[in-house]
Parts: sequence; C-alpha cells; structure tokens
Amino acid sequence: MSVTKPTPHDAALMHVTGKARYVDDTPMPANTLHLAFGMSDVAHGTITSINLDAVKAADGVVKVLVADDLPAENDVSPSAHDEPLLATGTVHYIGQPIFCVIATSHLAARKAARLGQIKIAEKPAILTIDDALAADSKFEEPLTFLKGEPEGILAQYGTDQTVTGTFELGGQEHFYLEGQAALAQPQDNGDMVVQSSTQHPSEIQHKVAAALGKPFHAVRVEIRRMGGGFGGKESQGNALAVACAVAAQLTGRPCKMRYDRDDDMIITGKRHDFRLKYTVAFDTSGKIQALVMHQYARCGWALDLSIPVADRAMLHTDNAYNLPHARIISHRLKTNTQSATAYRGFGGPQGMVPIERVVDHIAHKLGCDPLDVRRVNFYENGQTTPYHMTIEDSVITPLVGELRKTSDYDARYAAIQKDHADNPNSILKRGIALTPVKFGISFTLTHLNQAGALVHIYSDGSVQLNHGGTEMGQGLFTKVAQVAATTLGIPLDHVKITATDTGKVPNTSATAASSGADLNGMAVKNACETLKKRIADFLAPDQDVQFANNQVSFGDTSMPFKDAVSQAYQNRISLSSTGFYATPKIKWDRMAGRGRPFFYFAYGAAVTEVVIDTLSGEYRILRTDLLHDAGKSLNPALDIGQIEGAYVQGAGWLTTEELVWDDKGSLRTHAPSTYKIPACSDRPQMFNVALFENENVEDTIYKSKAVGEPPFMLGISAWVALSHAISGCSTTGEYPAINAPATPEEVLKTITRLKGESW
Amino acid sequence: MSISFLLNGKTTTVSNVPPTHTLLDYLRETRGLTGTKEGCNEGDCGACTVMVSDGDSHRSMNACILFLPQLHGKSVRTVEGVATGDTPHPVQTAMIEKHGSQCGFCTPGFIMSMTTAHANGATDHDDQLAGNLCRCTGYAPIIRAAVAAEEVAKPDWLGKDAKALDALKTNAIHPQSSDELAAWYEANPDGTLIGGATDVGLWVTKKLAALDTVCFISQIKDMCQIETTKDGMRIGACVTITALRKATEAIHPDFAEMLRRFASTQIRNTATIGGNIANGSPIGDGPPALIALGATLTLRKGDTRREILLQDFFVDYGKQDRSAGEFVESIFIPTQTDRLKCYKLTKRFDQDISAVLGCFNFHIEDEKIVCCSIAYGGMAATPKRATHVENALLGQPWTKETITTALPAFAQDFTPMSDMRASKEYRLKAAQNMLQRYFLEDTQNAPRVLETTP
Repeated sequence: MSVTKPTPHDAALMHVTGKARYVDDTPMPANTLHLAFGMSDVAHGTITSINLDAVKAADGVVKVLVADDLPAENDVSPSAHDEPLLATGTVHYIGQPIFCVIATSHLAARKAARLGQIKIAEKPAILTIDDALAADSKFEEPLTFLKGEPEGILAQYGTDQTVTGTFELGGQEHFYLEGQAALAQPQDNGDMVVQSSTQHPSEIQHKVAAALGKPFHAVRVEIRRMGGGFGGKESQGNALAVACAVAAQLTGRPCKMRYDRDDDMIITGKRHDFRLKYTVAFDTSGKIQALVMHQYARCGWALDLSIPVADRAMLHTDNAYNLPHARIISHRLKTNTQSATAYRGFGGPQGMVPIERVVDHIAHKLGCDPLDVRRVNFYENGQTTPYHMTIEDSVITPLVGELRKTSDYDARYAAIQKDHADNPNSILKRGIALTPVKFGISFTLTHLNQAGALVHIYSDGSVQLNHGGTEMGQGLFTKVAQVAATTLGIPLDHVKITATDTGKVPNTSATAASSGADLNGMAVKNACETLKKRIADFLAPDQDVQFANNQVSFGDTSMPFKDAVSQAYQNRISLSSTGFYATPKIKWDRMAGRGRPFFYFAYGAAVTEVVIDTLSGEYRILRTDLLHDAGKSLNPALDIGQIEGAYVQGAGWLTTEELVWDDKGSLRTHAPSTYKIPACSDRPQMFNVALFENENVEDTIYKSKAVGEPPFMLGISAWVALSHAISGCSTTGEYPAINAPATPEEVLKTITRLKGESW
Repeated sequence: MSISFLLNGKTTTVSNVPPTHTLLDYLRETRGLTGTKEGCNEGDCGACTVMVSDGDSHRSMNACILFLPQLHGKSVRTVEGVATGDTPHPVQTAMIEKHGSQCGFCTPGFIMSMTTAHANGATDHDDQLAGNLCRCTGYAPIIRAAVAAEEVAKPDWLGKDAKALDALKTNAIHPQSSDELAAWYEANPDGTLIGGATDVGLWVTKKLAALDTVCFISQIKDMCQIETTKDGMRIGACVTITALRKATEAIHPDFAEMLRRFASTQIRNTATIGGNIANGSPIGDGPPALIALGATLTLRKGDTRREILLQDFFVDYGKQDRSAGEFVESIFIPTQTDRLKCYKLTKRFDQDISAVLGCFNFHIEDEKIVCCSIAYGGMAATPKRATHVENALLGQPWTKETITTALPAFAQDFTPMSDMRASKEYRLKAAQNMLQRYFLEDTQNAPRVLETTP
C-alpha cells in the first residue's frame, strides 16, 4: 500500500537541487516579449487623459496597450465581469492596471511602465469599513443565517450573563514566494498555449479565450507547479495570463509577465479584513444560550470571490460549538482598495476567530478557565449548526481531551494563573490557550465539487497520470500518485505525474477549499478502477482478480503487472481511461441559510504558550502542541508538514502580519521589508505536532480527510494566548479585548489601557 | 571592465556589462542557472541566496542585490553547484529526508544558506536562516534538516575552490587602498561609492536608477581593518556588519547582540558599517549604538582628514556633514567600561527594520548618574541623542523616581512620526519604557523575552 506511507514530496530532489522549474524558469523562445502594467496612483477617480509618448519612446518598447486596444473582452474577474484587465474611464484603487507595456526585456518593460502620464480627476475614496458603512457602499444586501430566536433569548439574560464586544481582524498578504507569472505562446490558427502559475487553469483558459474572442478549445493552459499559492493564485493570475495572451496575439510573439514583488503586493488581492460585533448570552457554566454576530467584510473594489468568502465566514461562526440560538449577519462592503480574494481558509478563519473571542470573553466574565467554557459548548453528534446541518462526525471532545493531557494544559494554565496573581508587576508575563478547529470540507458552490482524471497505462506497464488538481507545494501530486499506485497495486515510482493541462482534463475546479486530494484522488481512483476492470475482464472474466505487490492474481495464476498489461495490449484492450468524481450528499441554499454545504468536517486543536514583555509589547511563542484530524492520513509526513506550516502561517496572520494603508488608500506594506511574515525564529521554540487517530466516517479517498486549510486556524491559539498574557496586567479586571493582528504595538497599547495609563 | 570569478568551480569572465548588473540576472538570464530564484528583489527573502568565498571564508549573500563587479576574484556557488556529481550535498539530502521543502521555491536559497553554514561549521541555525523566508513549512523541518547535516563531512569542492581561487590571477579593477579611493572620489565627486550594495542595490532594482559613475570599495584592504589600541577600536568603513559583530562581542556584548538582529546573515555578510552610517538612515541600526558609545568618524577628502563626533554627522533627514568627494574612512570607539545596552524594537525579531532603536550608556558612581548617553533611531529625522532626558538624569540618584521624573522630557526631545512600522504614540511610549528597562536590567533581574524558554 503506497497510501498511508510518509513518502517525501515527489519533487523534493528537484527542489533541493534547483532543478524544479517554475513558470519563470521555463526556457523561452528567443523572441519572447515581456510585459509590465502602468498603474493608477489614485484610489478613485476618472481618467481624463493618458499620455504614453514617453512610454512608447522608451528603450525596448514594442507596443503599449490601453483598454481600447484590447481585441475582445476586457475582463479578468472570476465571477461578476466587473474587473477590467485595463481600466476603462474610472479607476477604483491604487495599483489598478491602466496600460500594459510590451517590451524586449522585463527590465525595459518595468522602466517604461513608470513613464506614463495619466491625469485622473479624483473622486472621494471609500477606504475603510467606517467609510463604507457611512456611504452604504456594499456589494449586496446583508445576508442572515438564523437558528431559533436569539433576540428573545438574549432579552432574558442580564448583564452578568451577557457580554458584547467589537474588534477588528486584519487581512493578510499571501506572500507566496514565487510571484505571479504567466507565459503565452501563439499557435496555429491563433490558438494559444499559456503557462500560468495558477490554482485554476480552467479559469485562466476561460478568461484567455474570452479576451481573444475564441472558444475554450483554442486555449490550452498548463501548470506543473507553483511556488506557493494559498488562495492567492485562484483568481489573481488571470490578469497576467490574459495580458500575455492578448499581447501574444497582437504581436505574434511569445509574451511573458511576472510581477515584481512590490507590484504583486500592490496589485493583487489579499485576505479580507473584518470587523466583528457580538452579543452573547450564557448560563453560569458558560454554556452559550444565544448569539448575535455581525460580520463586516472589507471586500475591496471588485466582487472577485467575496460572496463565497463571506458565506464561509458565516458558516464557521459556530466553529466547534453548539449555538442553540444564533443570528449571523454578514455585510459585504465595497471599498477603493485591492479586491480581497481567496486566502487559505477562505473566510473560515475570519468566522472562527470571533467565536473564539466570544468564549474567551465569557470565561473572563465568569472568572474560569476558558477551556472549561469551550468544553461545555462543544458539539455533540446530532446537534445542528446555525445553518441547520446535523453534526455526525464530531471528534472534538476526545481530540481535545487527548491534547489536554499530552500538552499538560491543566498544570501549565494553573501555573500561569498563579504567576499572574502572585506577581502582578512582573515585566514578562505568560499566557496559554487551547483552541479547537472544526472546518467544513466542500466547495459551498455545490457544482464545483467535481473532478476529472486521465490515466494511461503504457504497454511496458508504466503509468502516466493526469488530473485537474494543481501542485502548489501541498504534495497533491504525491498523494494522487500514491492513490494510483495503491489502486493499481504497483510501486509508486512506476507512476509518472504530469503537469496539469486543460487539454488533458477539462472543466476543472480550482485547487482550493482543501479539496485537491479528496476530489482528484477519487477521480484518479475511479480511472484506475476502470482500467483494472478492463484488464480483469479480459484475463479472468468470472474470477476475483487482485492487483497488489506489482502482481495481478486470480485463481492459482499470478503474473507481474507489466505482463498483464502487455497481454491486454496484445489483445487490443484499451489501457487509457478517464475518471470522474462528484461529491455525494451535499445540498446548500445560501439565501435560506439551510442545507448540507459540507460533506464532512475536519477537526483539530492547538495549545500555545506565549510570553510578552509588558514594557515593549514584544512576545514569543514558547511552546505549541497540535493535534489534528487528517482522517486516515494518505501521507502522514505531508500532512504533518501542512499542519506545522499552516499553524505558523495562521499565527503570523494574527501577530506580526500587518497590512497598512495610508489615508490616500496607498498600501504602505508592499514588500517583505515592511510586511513581516514569520521568520525562522518565530516558530514555537518547542513544537509538538501529532495526527489524531481517526478515519473519515464518510467514504472519502482511502478514508482520509482534507488538510490544506483546517490547521491554519490552529494559529488562533497564539492570539488567544496573547490575550491571556495581557490579562495578567489588568489591575481592574477589564477584559483585554485585543484586535488582530496583535502586533507588539497592539499588545502594548492594550496593556496601557488595562493599566489605566495614557497612550 | 572585465570581471573574473569562479562560478561553481569554473573560471568565468564577464565583460561589457553595466557595473550594476546583478548576479541574479546574470545567473538566470545569461547562464540559464534558474535554480537561484527571485523572490523580492530587495534582499529580504533569501530565495536568491548564493555562497561567495574568498579562500577559506564563506559567506551567504543575496544575489538579487549583488553587482557583478563585487565578485571579482571570488568564488560563487549556486544551488546547481553544491552536489558532487550525483551525490547531493549533505544539507540537500537532509532536506529531502526531513521533508524540508513543500512548494520548493524558497528551497534553493535555504540550501545555500545551509551549505554556507555547514562549510563554516555554524550551528546557530535560526540566525543563519533568519534571512530566508519560507511560507509553507513553518521552518521546523528545515531546522531538523540543518541539525541532521551538522556532523556530515564537508564536500571536497570546498578545498578545490580555494586552490582554484589561488590560481585565478585577477588584475585590480577597483581601488585597492584608501589613497586610491580618495583620488578617485576627488576626481568624481558625483560618483557613487558602493560597499556591500545592500542599500544601493535597491536604488537599482526598485527605483530602477541608472548609476554610471560608480566605485566599488569593499575590497579596499586598509578600510576593511579593525585595529584595537589601548585608546579604543578603529573600524574601517568597509568592515562588514558580520565582522563588526564579532569584534564587539567581547567589549560591548549587547551591541553585538543587537547586531545579531541587524537585517539578516546575508545582509550582514555584505553590508558595511561605513555604508550604514554614510547613507544617513534615520533609524540605524549601527549609528545609535555608536553614538551612545561616543564614537567619532574620520572623514577624508583627498589627503585631508577630519574627525567629528558621529552624532554631529547627521544634520537632517538625508543630509549629512559630508562635502562632495568626501567619504567616511573609519569609525573610532573609545575604550570604556562596558555599560551599553541596545533595545531594538521591531514587529518581527529577525530581519526587520527597527521601529525604535534605543541605546543607553550610563556611568553610575556612588549611586548617582555621573555620565549618560542615550541615542535613538526611528524617533526623529536622524539618529539622535535624547539631550533633554539626559539633562534630567545627569547628577541625579540612580533610582526609579529619577527615571519617572525624567520621562516627560522625552516629549521635548522627540516628536516621532507614524508610519507602517509604528504609530508616534507607540514610538514615544516604547522609547520611554526602554529607559525603564535599562534601569531595571541594571538594578534587578529583568530578563528579556528572547531569553525566555518554555
């Protein structure tokens, strides 16, 4: 069995030797041209004139495009056709592309792009959540999920058994190490082949075809690997691919574009930042009776994927907790900033942080261990979510029980509480928190839950595999190859994994929503089963034929897999098959807020201990213990890698990763010099990570569970632990009520408030 | 200008390129060595890390802001050149075994930092890798790999490169002495001096500046020296931050500890203290500590030298007391009892430009403050002393009350600004609290966050 083994990433040797090729590493034809965008430096306004004389005269410039030069559709939006490749009349944010330089080198294009003289009549810009609320600037009416009668219940509780709060939850830059990139090469009849660093080759195909005025069949999109995606390459690669394809069509030459890092951060969307506003009633044990939660999402200037992101935030407002009465109201605000987009968790994290804040706030009010409040609220199977789905697979109670023991949580919490009480004036204070994760698996847009695969067995017994999923570092290709090897009963190295290609598997969904292995693994398995059946039917139609250990066996006969294949070939049996999979059981009505949007849930929990310096606000993560449910893991090494990495990325989101816009709407944190993702020493000093022994109750690929996004939210424990540490400074018993990210400044500011000092 | 160096063991000569052509562009575009990646093009992510050697000294550097002339007479190894035939380098093997790569894009840079550390026998992995960002793994498996490779034998090519470098006869294309530099700069007062190019590199890669008249100075031997006499330590302007850190470990350990967090290993290996001073950054990180130590600068123009207090060099934002054709030749730290503490406040501990850097150097006699020097970066348009605070402290008893009484004077010294690193309120509050920390560290046990263990 290849599945369940901790096989290294299939490209590991190529990664460490520098031989793994990314889009920008592809050898280019000698006449390749290079592109760069000229951008708006105004957040909102009307273009009154565009003078590109200096751009056109610059060294190496071959052509310069504005919106009017585009041959067909001018749109790179994934959804609402509201995102022109090049601005038409109005500009909506600082960084919006207005013109596109086509030049003989990357540097020449970049230099020329700065020479445009664009006059823009400025209009008032809506930049912040407050601005948007004041102007009633939104994409759609607020959406509500309702369960029970929350307002009626809330009215029954007094101030000693209710808490309310408002806080800000910042966005996040993906900071994939490989920036956005695309290369388009013109073919016969005006067809186009595009290499794109994308999680969604089919969408690139569709957008390129529309921009060229061609049917989908004229465009083939290929991607072997990305240097990280995290959701940032679900829709944000469209602009580059479309620009390259259009430029290639107009010039007849291959065209390549990659964003310089600063341009990448200024142009592309990020995680949505949110404001959260809550009122909750609870009994004396901390059990939640009713919750009203307002979620204000800053979506930026275009719709992009904001609707499903905001929906998923609503769908994770409960996290692992039963909410008997709940109203969740989601506001989708339109602002003159980058169009916020998919980012690992896709709104789930923004939904989950506030409920962790709520339970922490309840525990503070009751003066008890927050874990006790969490435990009394954990779902039991049979209970229903605020969107009326019955929970059937919860393992949160045993999982947290195990982690509580292995992390020695109780003793450590008690020691910190004692230290807070005994040493109120100590400069360094510790904090600890255990937070759970329950994350729903499936695209909430039900039709996306499908996948295709193409498997060839060659006459020498070697196997070539293709599927609709993309490799961005998560090890999808390795896992899917393990599935093929296991299903066919052959060694892993007999399986060749090939680049994702819209010409091989059509109509694919984005590799997103953690679904890559679930969907594509199943499609590959189905293709392999079809092939097995053909070979079995030919070899021994009435017998049970086994494929294992590189042998094909039936009755008393056993032969090497390759001999069985060779015989099948000689007898004209087809050795190539597609495979298809559609997730069963799911049904979802988003407007009604009812149904079963998720096939199943993935669970996990984290304990984080931090120390803060109350003079500076600086902090460190001292120790982290993670226990995560990957079902019956397809590959424990890859899954642990996802969990460790996701935790650090999640903790980074809530601590040092701060996006700052100035009062003109210009992003001030547009490079790693100013935007601080975790560095090496920011990982927990002690870092214990384990998989929870479990198997999926649903029939997923070899009973595994999706693992890409769920552990991201384990990082929430770091933020809650910081709040606990800060609470040790409170002289009045006031709740810390920190915002996110909890930068050192936010920590010191909160401490200053709790001490009653001026800021 | 014809530049010769060893590239993955082979002699390489490059002619007729602009002096600011980067090694990264040369590797990727001219040589097709695409293993070295561009992640940020400003020396902040490490995806372009290569190893640069002079004989037995091996340094990791960022190829994206390294100009080809800086490599003249040196040996460069890239990720394609560290395996021996089909046998991967020990760090490559360990990275595979420990699952140290996911998307793989940062991996070549990590491999090169790890290869360099391995060659140097360095095991302070967090510091060695502070300049390499990874977004996928959370770093834990990478550190496991670095540890696993520690004891494995070094590859043979290290010795071969050293021999080949000896055989690589290069003619001098840069000034070799401060005298030559002085003559060149007097003749070309509008030219640009390039030490490590960790600042100038960004003028080229980000501002897209064209620099035609440049002078590479990092190989000027007499400006790379550190001389210690009984009066103090004279540091040549071309001394790297790495070398400065080592030189100050024994005499001013907290300065060295602050320098541990100055940018990253790659940058410290390249950047010079003279450049750090002469570029006039309002933040630092070298100047505030040196000001607190009472350091002086030797400025030279032609054959004329003058000596000034470092604190007087910084006139205003972007304006220094330096005339055209005049350059920083050396820095002098007078001998003194070590009382220096440096507090570098950042969002992220490693490789982050300071929001505030506070440096304190007090002398206490009979429990009175007899002498105090406080210098800050990030609080004003230049690195600046807290004169009013110092005046409020001088001669006073070394007590908590004295500190509290002096705190309001900060507002007289500084009106910091708000930016993406910190608000003005945070800067002022944190600056005040640094004084409190200095007092607490001096008078009682007051550990730092970075000294805390689980």
